[in-house]
Amino acid sequence: MKHFLTILSHEIRMLLVSPGTYVAAVAFLAVMGFEFTRILDSYSQAPQDASPAGMFFAQFWLPVLFMVPLLTMKCLADERRLGTIETLLTTPVTTTEVVLGKYGAAYALYVGLWGSTAGFFFILRRFSSDARLFDLGPLIGGYLFIAVSGLLFVALGVFASSLARNQMVAAILTCVLLFAILFGGLYLSTAPWLKPEAFQPVREAVAYAQVFRHYEDFTRGVVDMRQLLFYLSGTVLALIFSILSVEGKILHS
Amino acid sequence: MPEPTPSAISVSHLVKTFAGVAAVNDISFSVARGEIIGFLGPNGAGKSTTMRILTGYLPATSGSVAICGFPVATQPEEIKRRIGYMPENNPLPEDMRVSEYLYYRGRLKELPRAKLGPRIDEVLEACDLKRVRHKIIGRLSKGYRQRVGIAEAILAEPPVIIMDEPTIGLDPHQILIVRDLIASLRGRMTVIISSHILPEIEMTCDRVLIINQGRIVAQGTPAELRAEILGRNAYTLELAGDFGALPGLLAGIGSPLHVASQGEPDPSGFRTVTLVTDAAGELGESLLGTLIGAGWRVRAISRSHPTLEDVFLAATRRSWDAVDTAKK
Repeated sequence: MKHFLTILSHEIRMLLVSPGTYVAAVAFLAVMGFEFTRILDSYSQAPQDASPAGMFFAQFWLPVLFMVPLLTMKCLADERRLGTIETLLTTPVTTTEVVLGKYGAAYALYVGLWGSTAGFFFILRRFSSDARLFDLGPLIGGYLFIAVSGLLFVALGVFASSLARNQMVAAILTCVLLFAILFGGLYLSTAPWLKPEAFQPVREAVAYAQVFRHYEDFTRGVVDMRQLLFYLSGTVLALIFSILSVEGKILHS
Repeated sequence: MPEPTPSAISVSHLVKTFAGVAAVNDISFSVARGEIIGFLGPNGAGKSTTMRILTGYLPATSGSVAICGFPVATQPEEIKRRIGYMPENNPLPEDMRVSEYLYYRGRLKELPRAKLGPRIDEVLEACDLKRVRHKIIGRLSKGYRQRVGIAEAILAEPPVIIMDEPTIGLDPHQILIVRDLIASLRGRMTVIISSHILPEIEMTCDRVLIINQGRIVAQGTPAELRAEILGRNAYTLELAGDFGALPGLLAGIGSPLHVASQGEPDPSGFRTVTLVTDAAGELGESLLGTLIGAGWRVRAISRSHPTLEDVFLAATRRSWDAVDTAKK
Protein backbone atom coordinates (compact mmCIF):
# COMPACT_ATOMS: atom_id res chain seq x y z
CA MET A 1 0.00 0.00 0.00
CA LYS A 2 3.07 2.20 -0.36
CA HIS A 3 1.75 3.92 -3.45
CA PHE A 4 -1.82 4.41 -2.30
CA LEU A 5 -1.18 7.92 -1.00
CA THR A 6 0.78 8.91 -4.12
CA ILE A 7 -2.06 7.81 -6.36
CA LEU A 8 -4.72 9.28 -4.06
CA SER A 9 -3.13 12.72 -3.95
CA HIS A 10 -2.50 12.62 -7.69
CA GLU A 11 -6.10 11.65 -8.41
CA ILE A 12 -7.53 14.33 -6.13
CA ARG A 13 -5.34 16.84 -7.92
CA MET A 14 -6.49 15.63 -11.31
CA LEU A 15 -10.13 15.80 -10.21
CA LEU A 16 -9.59 19.34 -8.99
CA VAL A 17 -8.24 20.48 -12.36
CA SER A 18 -10.90 18.67 -14.37
CA PRO A 19 -13.83 20.74 -15.66
CA GLY A 20 -16.20 17.82 -15.06
CA THR A 21 -15.73 18.18 -11.33
CA TYR A 22 -16.79 21.81 -11.42
CA VAL A 23 -19.79 21.04 -13.59
CA ALA A 24 -20.79 18.42 -11.03
CA ALA A 25 -20.14 20.78 -8.11
CA VAL A 26 -22.05 23.73 -9.55
CA ALA A 27 -24.99 21.61 -10.66
CA PHE A 28 -25.08 19.90 -7.28
CA LEU A 29 -24.95 23.04 -5.20
CA ALA A 30 -27.49 24.81 -7.43
CA VAL A 31 -29.99 21.96 -7.27
CA MET A 32 -29.54 21.48 -3.54
CA GLY A 33 -29.68 25.23 -2.92
CA PHE A 34 -33.00 25.55 -4.74
CA GLU A 35 -34.28 22.51 -2.93
CA PHE A 36 -33.32 23.99 0.41
CA THR A 37 -34.98 27.30 -0.44
CA ARG A 38 -38.16 25.47 -1.44
CA ILE A 39 -38.17 23.57 1.87
CA LEU A 40 -37.73 26.78 3.88
CA ASP A 41 -40.47 28.38 1.81
CA SER A 42 -42.88 25.61 2.72
CA TYR A 43 -41.99 26.09 6.39
CA SER A 44 -42.76 29.77 6.24
CA GLN A 45 -46.25 29.02 4.88
CA ALA A 46 -47.35 26.20 7.17
CA PRO A 47 -45.90 24.12 9.99
CA GLN A 48 -44.43 20.79 8.80
CA ASP A 49 -44.00 17.39 10.42
CA ALA A 50 -40.34 16.77 9.61
CA SER A 51 -37.38 19.01 10.34
CA PRO A 52 -35.79 20.90 7.42
CA ALA A 53 -32.71 18.68 7.63
CA GLY A 54 -34.88 15.57 7.32
CA MET A 55 -36.68 16.94 4.27
CA PHE A 56 -33.45 18.15 2.74
CA PHE A 57 -31.67 14.80 2.96
CA ALA A 58 -34.75 13.01 1.63
CA GLN A 59 -33.75 14.44 -1.77
CA PHE A 60 -30.33 12.75 -1.68
CA TRP A 61 -31.13 10.46 -4.62
CA LEU A 62 -31.33 13.30 -7.12
CA PRO A 63 -27.74 14.56 -6.83
CA VAL A 64 -26.48 10.98 -6.40
CA LEU A 65 -27.83 10.08 -9.83
CA PHE A 66 -25.95 12.80 -11.69
CA MET A 67 -23.01 13.65 -9.42
CA VAL A 68 -21.56 10.18 -8.85
CA PRO A 69 -21.31 9.42 -12.60
CA LEU A 70 -19.62 12.77 -13.24
CA LEU A 71 -17.06 12.12 -10.52
CA THR A 72 -16.26 8.51 -11.36
CA MET A 73 -16.78 8.14 -15.11
CA LYS A 74 -13.24 9.22 -15.95
CA CYS A 75 -11.25 7.33 -13.39
CA LEU A 76 -10.52 3.98 -15.06
CA ALA A 77 -12.23 4.37 -18.45
CA ASP A 78 -9.97 7.25 -19.41
CA GLU A 79 -6.80 5.41 -18.40
CA ARG A 80 -7.78 2.61 -20.67
CA ARG A 81 -8.78 4.87 -23.56
CA LEU A 82 -5.48 6.77 -23.43
CA GLY A 83 -3.50 3.58 -22.82
CA THR A 84 -1.88 5.08 -19.71
CA ILE A 85 -3.07 2.06 -17.74
CA GLU A 86 -0.17 0.24 -19.37
CA THR A 87 2.46 2.69 -18.14
CA LEU A 88 0.75 2.84 -14.75
CA LEU A 89 0.75 -0.92 -14.21
CA THR A 90 4.34 -1.38 -15.36
CA THR A 91 5.56 0.66 -12.38
CA PRO A 92 5.81 -1.08 -9.00
CA VAL A 93 2.14 -0.40 -8.16
CA THR A 94 -0.52 -3.05 -7.83
CA THR A 95 -3.95 -2.93 -9.43
CA THR A 96 -5.46 -2.79 -5.95
CA GLU A 97 -3.54 0.38 -5.15
CA VAL A 98 -4.63 1.97 -8.40
CA VAL A 99 -8.32 1.16 -7.92
CA LEU A 100 -8.32 2.13 -4.24
CA GLY A 101 -6.48 5.36 -4.93
CA LYS A 102 -8.96 6.38 -7.60
CA TYR A 103 -11.89 5.30 -5.48
CA GLY A 104 -10.56 7.20 -2.48
CA ALA A 105 -10.19 10.39 -4.49
CA ALA A 106 -13.71 10.22 -5.93
CA TYR A 107 -15.17 9.44 -2.51
CA ALA A 108 -13.27 12.30 -0.86
CA LEU A 109 -14.67 14.70 -3.43
CA TYR A 110 -18.17 13.29 -3.07
CA VAL A 111 -18.11 13.74 0.69
CA GLY A 112 -16.49 17.14 0.31
CA LEU A 113 -19.27 18.36 -1.97
CA TRP A 114 -21.95 17.14 0.41
CA GLY A 115 -19.99 18.69 3.25
CA SER A 116 -20.26 22.07 1.56
CA THR A 117 -24.05 21.93 1.98
CA ALA A 118 -23.38 22.41 5.69
CA GLY A 119 -23.27 26.08 4.71
CA PHE A 120 -27.04 26.01 4.11
CA PHE A 121 -27.66 24.91 7.66
CA PHE A 122 -25.20 27.43 9.00
CA ILE A 123 -27.13 30.22 7.26
CA LEU A 124 -30.40 28.81 8.57
CA ARG A 125 -29.11 28.76 12.12
CA ARG A 126 -27.57 32.21 11.84
CA PHE A 127 -30.68 33.94 10.50
CA SER A 128 -33.67 32.00 11.82
CA SER A 129 -35.15 33.03 15.13
CA ASP A 130 -36.89 29.70 15.58
CA ALA A 131 -34.46 27.25 17.23
CA ARG A 132 -36.79 24.32 16.42
CA LEU A 133 -35.95 24.65 12.75
CA PHE A 134 -32.41 23.65 13.52
CA ASP A 135 -32.59 20.09 14.77
CA LEU A 136 -29.13 18.57 15.23
CA GLY A 137 -30.28 14.90 15.30
CA PRO A 138 -31.55 14.51 11.74
CA LEU A 139 -28.68 16.68 10.55
CA ILE A 140 -25.98 14.38 11.92
CA GLY A 141 -27.96 11.29 10.93
CA GLY A 142 -28.38 12.68 7.43
CA TYR A 143 -24.70 13.40 6.94
CA LEU A 144 -23.80 10.02 8.38
CA PHE A 145 -26.17 8.36 5.92
CA ILE A 146 -24.64 10.31 3.04
CA ALA A 147 -21.14 9.30 4.07
CA VAL A 148 -22.01 5.62 4.49
CA SER A 149 -24.20 5.22 1.41
CA GLY A 150 -21.68 7.23 -0.60
CA LEU A 151 -19.17 4.44 -0.06
CA LEU A 152 -21.33 2.09 -2.10
CA PHE A 153 -22.50 4.61 -4.69
CA VAL A 154 -18.99 5.76 -5.56
CA ALA A 155 -17.74 2.16 -5.61
CA LEU A 156 -20.46 1.33 -8.15
CA GLY A 157 -19.29 4.26 -10.25
CA VAL A 158 -15.70 3.02 -10.15
CA PHE A 159 -16.86 -0.45 -11.11
CA ALA A 160 -18.81 0.88 -14.10
CA SER A 161 -15.76 2.89 -15.15
CA SER A 162 -13.60 -0.23 -14.98
CA LEU A 163 -15.90 -1.96 -17.45
CA ALA A 164 -15.96 0.69 -20.14
CA ARG A 165 -13.43 2.35 -22.39
CA ASN A 166 -15.68 5.28 -23.10
CA GLN A 167 -16.48 7.80 -20.37
CA MET A 168 -20.05 8.27 -21.57
CA VAL A 169 -20.74 4.55 -21.42
CA ALA A 170 -19.31 4.46 -17.91
CA ALA A 171 -21.50 7.39 -16.85
CA ILE A 172 -24.68 5.87 -18.22
CA LEU A 173 -23.85 2.49 -16.72
CA THR A 174 -23.27 4.14 -13.34
CA CYS A 175 -26.61 5.93 -13.63
CA VAL A 176 -28.40 2.67 -14.36
CA LEU A 177 -26.69 0.81 -11.52
CA LEU A 178 -27.49 3.60 -9.07
CA PHE A 179 -31.08 3.81 -10.26
CA ALA A 180 -31.44 0.06 -9.80
CA ILE A 181 -30.08 0.11 -6.28
CA LEU A 182 -32.09 3.19 -5.26
CA PHE A 183 -35.44 2.33 -6.79
CA GLY A 184 -35.16 -1.37 -7.57
CA GLY A 185 -35.98 -2.22 -3.95
CA LEU A 186 -39.04 0.02 -3.99
CA TYR A 187 -40.31 -1.64 -7.12
CA LEU A 188 -39.63 -5.19 -5.94
CA SER A 189 -41.26 -4.66 -2.56
CA THR A 190 -44.54 -3.90 -4.32
CA ALA A 191 -44.14 -6.36 -7.18
CA PRO A 192 -47.16 -8.67 -7.34
CA TRP A 193 -45.14 -11.66 -8.55
CA LEU A 194 -43.18 -11.67 -5.30
CA LYS A 195 -46.39 -11.99 -3.28
CA PRO A 196 -46.59 -15.85 -3.01
CA GLU A 197 -45.40 -17.46 0.20
CA ALA A 198 -42.50 -19.20 -1.56
CA PHE A 199 -40.86 -15.84 -2.21
CA GLN A 200 -40.90 -14.85 1.44
CA PRO A 201 -37.04 -14.97 1.80
CA VAL A 202 -36.66 -12.88 -1.35
CA ARG A 203 -39.06 -10.31 0.04
CA GLU A 204 -37.12 -10.20 3.27
CA ALA A 205 -33.87 -9.67 1.40
CA VAL A 206 -35.47 -6.89 -0.64
CA ALA A 207 -36.79 -5.24 2.51
CA TYR A 208 -33.29 -5.37 3.96
CA ALA A 209 -31.81 -3.64 0.92
CA GLN A 210 -34.20 -0.66 0.84
CA VAL A 211 -31.97 2.40 0.57
CA PHE A 212 -34.83 4.77 1.46
CA ARG A 213 -35.61 2.75 4.59
CA HIS A 214 -31.97 3.06 5.62
CA TYR A 215 -32.17 6.78 5.10
CA GLU A 216 -35.22 7.06 7.35
CA ASP A 217 -33.54 5.03 10.08
CA PHE A 218 -30.40 7.12 9.99
CA THR A 219 -32.25 10.42 10.22
CA ARG A 220 -34.29 9.07 13.12
CA GLY A 221 -30.98 8.34 14.81
CA VAL A 222 -31.08 4.58 14.41
CA VAL A 223 -27.73 3.30 13.16
CA ASP A 224 -28.27 -0.37 12.44
CA MET A 225 -25.22 -2.60 12.17
CA ARG A 226 -26.90 -4.63 9.41
CA GLN A 227 -27.35 -1.53 7.32
CA LEU A 228 -23.73 -0.51 7.80
CA LEU A 229 -22.73 -4.02 6.77
CA PHE A 230 -24.96 -3.79 3.70
CA TYR A 231 -23.06 -0.74 2.45
CA LEU A 232 -19.63 -1.93 3.51
CA SER A 233 -20.00 -5.38 1.97
CA GLY A 234 -21.46 -3.87 -1.20
CA THR A 235 -18.52 -1.48 -1.42
CA VAL A 236 -15.94 -4.20 -0.92
CA LEU A 237 -17.64 -6.37 -3.51
CA ALA A 238 -17.84 -3.58 -6.09
CA LEU A 239 -14.17 -2.72 -5.56
CA ILE A 240 -13.06 -6.34 -5.83
CA PHE A 241 -15.00 -6.64 -9.07
CA SER A 242 -13.36 -3.43 -10.33
CA ILE A 243 -9.89 -4.84 -9.62
CA LEU A 244 -10.79 -8.11 -11.32
CA SER A 245 -12.24 -6.25 -14.26
CA VAL A 246 -9.09 -4.17 -14.76
CA GLU A 247 -6.87 -7.25 -14.56
CA GLY A 248 -9.19 -9.41 -16.62
CA LYS A 249 -9.32 -6.87 -19.43
CA ILE A 250 -5.53 -6.91 -19.64
CA LEU A 251 -5.49 -10.69 -19.92
CA HIS A 252 -7.95 -10.58 -22.77
CA SER A 253 -6.70 -7.47 -24.48
CA MET B 1 20.99 -6.66 -3.67
CA PRO B 2 21.05 -9.90 -5.64
CA GLU B 3 24.34 -10.86 -7.19
CA PRO B 4 24.69 -9.68 -10.76
CA THR B 5 23.83 -12.19 -13.41
CA PRO B 6 25.57 -12.33 -16.77
CA SER B 7 22.53 -11.48 -18.85
CA ALA B 8 20.14 -8.61 -18.26
CA ILE B 9 17.33 -10.27 -20.11
CA SER B 10 16.91 -13.91 -20.88
CA VAL B 11 13.95 -15.28 -22.72
CA SER B 12 13.51 -18.95 -23.38
CA HIS B 13 10.85 -20.70 -25.42
CA LEU B 14 8.40 -17.84 -24.99
CA VAL B 15 4.95 -18.49 -26.42
CA LYS B 16 1.94 -16.20 -26.31
CA THR B 17 -1.34 -17.11 -27.92
CA PHE B 18 -4.39 -14.91 -28.24
CA ALA B 19 -7.55 -16.95 -28.61
CA GLY B 20 -5.59 -19.83 -30.11
CA VAL B 21 -3.58 -17.67 -32.51
CA ALA B 22 0.11 -17.58 -31.69
CA ALA B 23 1.40 -14.02 -31.57
CA VAL B 24 4.76 -15.08 -30.21
CA ASN B 25 5.87 -18.56 -31.14
CA ASP B 26 8.78 -20.07 -29.24
CA ILE B 27 11.18 -17.16 -29.04
CA SER B 28 14.48 -17.51 -27.19
CA PHE B 29 17.20 -14.91 -26.83
CA SER B 30 19.31 -13.24 -24.21
CA VAL B 31 20.68 -9.76 -23.89
CA ALA B 32 23.89 -8.94 -22.04
CA ARG B 33 24.14 -6.02 -19.64
CA GLY B 34 24.72 -2.68 -21.29
CA GLU B 35 23.81 -3.96 -24.72
CA ILE B 36 21.49 -2.09 -27.05
CA ILE B 37 19.31 -4.45 -28.99
CA GLY B 38 16.91 -3.72 -31.80
CA PHE B 39 13.70 -5.53 -32.59
CA LEU B 40 12.75 -5.53 -36.22
CA GLY B 41 9.73 -7.01 -37.83
CA PRO B 42 6.73 -6.25 -39.99
CA ASN B 43 3.49 -5.15 -38.37
CA GLY B 44 1.90 -7.88 -36.29
CA ALA B 45 5.14 -9.83 -36.01
CA GLY B 46 4.90 -10.00 -32.22
CA LYS B 47 7.33 -7.23 -31.27
CA SER B 48 4.96 -5.33 -29.00
CA THR B 49 3.60 -8.51 -27.45
CA THR B 50 7.11 -9.68 -26.62
CA MET B 51 7.90 -6.33 -25.06
CA ARG B 52 4.72 -6.36 -23.00
CA ILE B 53 5.57 -9.80 -21.69
CA LEU B 54 9.06 -8.59 -20.79
CA THR B 55 7.54 -5.82 -18.66
CA GLY B 56 5.20 -8.18 -16.86
CA TYR B 57 2.15 -6.38 -18.23
CA LEU B 58 0.96 -9.42 -20.16
CA PRO B 59 1.38 -12.97 -18.88
CA ALA B 60 3.05 -15.44 -21.21
CA THR B 61 1.23 -18.58 -22.31
CA SER B 62 4.35 -20.66 -21.81
CA GLY B 63 8.09 -20.26 -21.63
CA SER B 64 10.10 -18.18 -19.23
CA VAL B 65 11.40 -14.64 -19.09
CA ALA B 66 13.90 -13.33 -16.57
CA ILE B 67 15.12 -9.78 -16.15
CA CYS B 68 18.29 -9.24 -14.12
CA GLY B 69 17.89 -12.81 -12.95
CA PHE B 70 14.34 -12.34 -11.66
CA PRO B 71 11.62 -14.40 -13.31
CA VAL B 72 8.85 -12.12 -14.57
CA ALA B 73 6.05 -14.56 -13.83
CA THR B 74 6.74 -15.02 -10.13
CA GLN B 75 8.39 -11.75 -9.12
CA PRO B 76 6.71 -9.03 -11.15
CA GLU B 77 7.31 -6.45 -8.41
CA GLU B 78 11.08 -6.88 -8.70
CA ILE B 79 10.90 -6.59 -12.47
CA LYS B 80 8.86 -3.43 -12.35
CA ARG B 81 11.50 -1.75 -10.20
CA ARG B 82 14.14 -2.60 -12.79
CA ILE B 83 12.58 -1.51 -16.05
CA GLY B 84 11.72 1.71 -17.79
CA TYR B 85 9.02 1.09 -20.35
CA MET B 86 7.66 3.22 -23.12
CA PRO B 87 4.70 1.50 -24.78
CA GLU B 88 3.67 1.69 -28.39
CA ASN B 89 2.11 5.04 -29.32
CA ASN B 90 3.51 6.48 -26.10
CA PRO B 91 0.36 7.04 -24.03
CA LEU B 92 0.53 10.14 -21.83
CA PRO B 93 -2.07 11.90 -19.70
CA GLU B 94 -3.48 14.89 -21.55
CA ASP B 95 -4.01 17.32 -18.71
CA MET B 96 -0.77 17.39 -16.75
CA ARG B 97 2.30 19.54 -17.03
CA VAL B 98 5.54 17.88 -18.09
CA SER B 99 7.31 18.42 -14.78
CA GLU B 100 4.23 17.34 -12.78
CA TYR B 101 3.99 14.16 -14.81
CA LEU B 102 7.63 13.31 -14.30
CA TYR B 103 7.30 14.01 -10.57
CA TYR B 104 4.28 11.74 -10.28
CA ARG B 105 5.97 8.98 -12.25
CA GLY B 106 9.10 9.35 -10.14
CA ARG B 107 7.08 8.91 -6.98
CA LEU B 108 5.39 5.82 -8.42
CA LYS B 109 8.81 4.43 -9.30
CA GLU B 110 9.90 4.89 -5.71
CA LEU B 111 12.49 7.59 -6.26
CA PRO B 112 13.08 9.40 -2.99
CA ARG B 113 11.60 12.89 -2.87
CA ALA B 114 14.95 14.55 -2.24
CA LYS B 115 16.58 13.01 -5.32
CA LEU B 116 13.60 13.49 -7.59
CA GLY B 117 13.96 17.22 -8.25
CA PRO B 118 17.57 17.10 -9.46
CA ARG B 119 16.90 13.91 -11.41
CA ILE B 120 13.95 15.52 -13.23
CA ASP B 121 16.19 18.44 -14.18
CA GLU B 122 18.73 15.96 -15.50
CA VAL B 123 16.32 14.05 -17.73
CA LEU B 124 14.71 17.28 -18.96
CA GLU B 125 18.15 18.46 -19.94
CA ALA B 126 19.06 15.13 -21.55
CA CYS B 127 15.88 15.05 -23.61
CA ASP B 128 15.98 18.75 -24.48
CA LEU B 129 12.66 19.40 -22.75
CA LYS B 130 13.63 22.31 -20.51
CA ARG B 131 11.67 24.84 -22.53
CA VAL B 132 8.40 22.94 -22.23
CA ARG B 133 8.65 21.75 -18.64
CA HIS B 134 5.68 23.85 -17.56
CA LYS B 135 3.55 23.14 -20.62
CA ILE B 136 0.53 20.87 -20.58
CA ILE B 137 1.31 17.54 -22.23
CA GLY B 138 -1.90 17.50 -24.28
CA ARG B 139 -0.77 20.66 -26.10
CA LEU B 140 2.73 19.46 -26.97
CA SER B 141 3.71 18.47 -30.49
CA LYS B 142 4.36 14.85 -31.31
CA GLY B 143 8.13 15.20 -31.08
CA TYR B 144 7.96 16.68 -27.61
CA ARG B 145 5.47 14.07 -26.43
CA GLN B 146 7.75 11.34 -27.69
CA ARG B 147 10.64 12.82 -25.77
CA VAL B 148 8.52 13.11 -22.63
CA GLY B 149 7.91 9.37 -22.96
CA ILE B 150 11.63 8.70 -23.30
CA ALA B 151 12.43 10.99 -20.36
CA GLU B 152 9.90 9.07 -18.31
CA ALA B 153 11.44 5.72 -19.27
CA ILE B 154 14.96 6.71 -18.19
CA LEU B 155 13.77 8.72 -15.15
CA ALA B 156 14.43 6.12 -12.47
CA GLU B 157 17.70 5.00 -14.08
CA PRO B 158 16.54 1.40 -14.41
CA PRO B 159 19.01 -1.24 -15.53
CA VAL B 160 16.73 -2.26 -18.40
CA ILE B 161 14.90 0.09 -20.75
CA ILE B 162 12.25 -1.16 -23.14
CA MET B 163 10.99 1.22 -25.78
CA ASP B 164 8.43 0.35 -28.40
CA GLU B 165 9.08 2.48 -31.47
CA PRO B 166 10.68 5.44 -29.74
CA THR B 167 11.44 7.37 -32.91
CA ILE B 168 8.07 7.08 -34.61
CA GLY B 169 6.76 10.44 -35.77
CA LEU B 170 9.94 12.39 -35.14
CA ASP B 171 11.63 14.67 -37.63
CA PRO B 172 15.24 13.90 -38.67
CA HIS B 173 16.69 16.39 -36.22
CA GLN B 174 14.76 14.93 -33.31
CA ILE B 175 15.67 11.42 -34.41
CA LEU B 176 19.29 12.47 -34.16
CA ILE B 177 18.73 13.70 -30.60
CA VAL B 178 17.00 10.48 -29.62
CA ARG B 179 19.72 8.41 -31.25
CA ASP B 180 22.42 10.24 -29.31
CA LEU B 181 20.38 9.84 -26.16
CA ILE B 182 20.06 6.10 -26.63
CA ALA B 183 23.73 5.83 -27.54
CA SER B 184 24.62 7.69 -24.34
CA LEU B 185 22.93 4.92 -22.36
CA ARG B 186 25.23 2.31 -23.90
CA GLY B 187 27.19 0.43 -21.28
CA ARG B 188 25.15 1.77 -18.38
CA MET B 189 21.71 0.43 -19.24
CA THR B 190 20.40 -2.40 -21.31
CA VAL B 191 18.12 -1.05 -23.99
CA ILE B 192 15.62 -2.85 -26.18
CA ILE B 193 14.04 -0.79 -28.92
CA SER B 194 11.76 -1.76 -31.71
CA SER B 195 11.51 0.21 -34.89
CA HIS B 196 10.46 0.22 -38.48
CA ILE B 197 13.15 2.71 -39.35
CA LEU B 198 15.95 0.40 -40.31
CA PRO B 199 18.88 2.84 -40.58
CA GLU B 200 17.92 3.89 -37.07
CA ILE B 201 18.38 0.41 -35.68
CA GLU B 202 21.50 -0.10 -37.73
CA MET B 203 23.14 2.97 -36.28
CA THR B 204 22.19 2.59 -32.64
CA CYS B 205 21.95 -1.09 -31.95
CA ASP B 206 24.70 -3.52 -31.09
CA ARG B 207 22.58 -6.43 -32.08
CA VAL B 208 19.42 -6.91 -34.11
CA LEU B 209 16.66 -9.46 -33.78
CA ILE B 210 14.42 -9.85 -36.77
CA ILE B 211 11.03 -11.25 -35.90
CA ASN B 212 8.35 -12.43 -38.26
CA GLN B 213 5.21 -14.42 -37.56
CA GLY B 214 6.15 -14.64 -33.89
CA ARG B 215 9.49 -16.27 -34.57
CA ILE B 216 13.03 -14.99 -34.62
CA VAL B 217 14.10 -15.30 -38.24
CA ALA B 218 17.56 -13.82 -37.86
CA GLN B 219 19.74 -12.34 -35.18
CA GLY B 220 23.21 -10.92 -34.85
CA THR B 221 25.06 -7.66 -35.38
CA PRO B 222 24.03 -5.75 -38.50
CA ALA B 223 27.29 -6.85 -40.22
CA GLU B 224 26.75 -10.50 -39.34
CA LEU B 225 23.22 -10.39 -40.64
CA ARG B 226 24.37 -8.98 -43.94
CA ALA B 227 26.94 -11.70 -44.28
CA GLU B 228 24.57 -14.44 -43.26
CA ILE B 229 21.62 -13.52 -45.37
CA LEU B 230 22.95 -11.70 -48.39
CA GLY B 231 26.50 -12.87 -48.89
CA ARG B 232 29.42 -10.62 -48.09
CA ASN B 233 29.98 -8.32 -50.99
CA ALA B 234 28.13 -7.27 -54.04
CA TYR B 235 29.48 -5.42 -57.06
CA THR B 236 27.37 -3.60 -59.53
CA LEU B 237 28.90 -3.07 -62.95
CA GLU B 238 27.83 -1.55 -66.21
CA LEU B 239 29.64 -3.37 -68.95
CA ALA B 240 29.44 -4.52 -72.54
CA GLY B 241 30.94 -7.63 -74.10
CA ASP B 242 30.20 -11.29 -74.72
CA PHE B 243 27.83 -12.09 -71.85
CA GLY B 244 27.84 -15.81 -72.53
CA ALA B 245 31.53 -15.94 -71.59
CA LEU B 246 31.06 -13.98 -68.38
CA PRO B 247 30.69 -16.92 -65.89
CA GLY B 248 33.78 -18.58 -67.23
CA LEU B 249 35.69 -15.36 -66.97
CA LEU B 250 34.60 -14.87 -63.40
CA ALA B 251 35.72 -18.37 -62.44
CA GLY B 252 39.22 -17.32 -63.40
CA ILE B 253 39.39 -14.65 -60.72
CA GLY B 254 39.94 -17.18 -57.98
CA SER B 255 37.30 -16.20 -55.48
CA PRO B 256 33.83 -17.55 -56.19
CA LEU B 257 31.90 -14.75 -57.85
CA HIS B 258 28.55 -15.35 -59.39
CA VAL B 259 26.06 -13.30 -61.30
CA ALA B 260 23.11 -12.35 -59.12
CA SER B 261 21.19 -10.34 -61.66
CA GLN B 262 21.67 -9.15 -65.18
CA GLY B 263 19.76 -6.28 -66.78
CA GLU B 264 18.61 -5.75 -70.37
CA PRO B 265 21.17 -4.22 -72.73
CA ASP B 266 20.71 -0.52 -73.44
CA PRO B 267 21.11 0.93 -77.00
CA SER B 268 24.87 1.12 -76.71
CA GLY B 269 25.12 -2.54 -75.58
CA PHE B 270 25.81 -1.96 -71.90
CA ARG B 271 24.14 -4.07 -69.26
CA THR B 272 23.90 -3.62 -65.53
CA VAL B 273 25.19 -6.72 -63.79
CA THR B 274 25.24 -7.49 -60.08
CA LEU B 275 27.90 -9.89 -58.86
CA VAL B 276 27.88 -11.46 -55.41
CA THR B 277 30.68 -13.14 -53.52
CA ASP B 278 31.13 -14.81 -50.15
CA ALA B 279 34.77 -13.80 -49.93
CA ALA B 280 35.53 -11.04 -47.46
CA GLY B 281 38.38 -9.32 -49.29
CA GLU B 282 38.35 -6.60 -51.91
CA LEU B 283 37.91 -8.04 -55.40
CA GLY B 284 37.28 -4.84 -57.34
CA GLU B 285 40.79 -4.46 -58.71
CA SER B 286 41.25 -8.02 -59.94
CA LEU B 287 37.74 -8.05 -61.33
CA LEU B 288 38.35 -4.88 -63.27
CA GLY B 289 41.74 -6.11 -64.48
CA THR B 290 40.33 -9.41 -65.70
CA LEU B 291 37.42 -7.82 -67.52
CA ILE B 292 39.47 -5.18 -69.27
CA GLY B 293 42.19 -7.72 -70.07
CA ALA B 294 39.54 -9.84 -71.83
CA GLY B 295 38.49 -6.87 -73.92
CA TRP B 296 35.28 -5.94 -72.09
CA ARG B 297 34.14 -2.39 -72.02
CA VAL B 298 33.41 -1.29 -68.47
CA ARG B 299 31.53 1.95 -67.87
CA ALA B 300 30.98 1.83 -64.09
CA ILE B 301 31.76 -0.31 -61.12
CA SER B 302 30.59 0.09 -57.57
CA ARG B 303 30.84 -2.03 -54.49
CA SER B 304 27.47 -1.99 -52.80
CA HIS B 305 26.93 -2.51 -49.09
CA PRO B 306 23.65 -4.24 -48.49
CA THR B 307 21.62 -2.18 -46.05
CA LEU B 308 19.75 -3.61 -43.15
CA GLU B 309 16.69 -2.99 -45.24
CA ASP B 310 17.80 -5.63 -47.74
CA VAL B 311 18.60 -7.97 -44.88
CA PHE B 312 15.22 -7.36 -43.34
CA LEU B 313 13.35 -7.94 -46.56
CA ALA B 314 15.37 -11.05 -47.33
CA ALA B 315 14.97 -12.46 -43.83
CA THR B 316 11.25 -11.89 -43.66
CA ARG B 317 10.78 -13.22 -47.18
CA ARG B 318 12.71 -16.32 -46.20
CA SER B 319 10.45 -16.84 -43.19
CA TRP B 320 7.29 -16.32 -45.27
CA ASP B 321 8.54 -18.97 -47.64
CA ALA B 322 9.04 -21.32 -44.71
CA VAL B 323 5.51 -20.64 -43.52
CA ASP B 324 4.10 -21.19 -46.99
CA THR B 325 5.87 -24.50 -47.46
CA ALA B 326 4.71 -25.61 -44.02
CA LYS B 327 1.12 -24.89 -45.06
CA LYS B 328 1.45 -26.96 -48.21
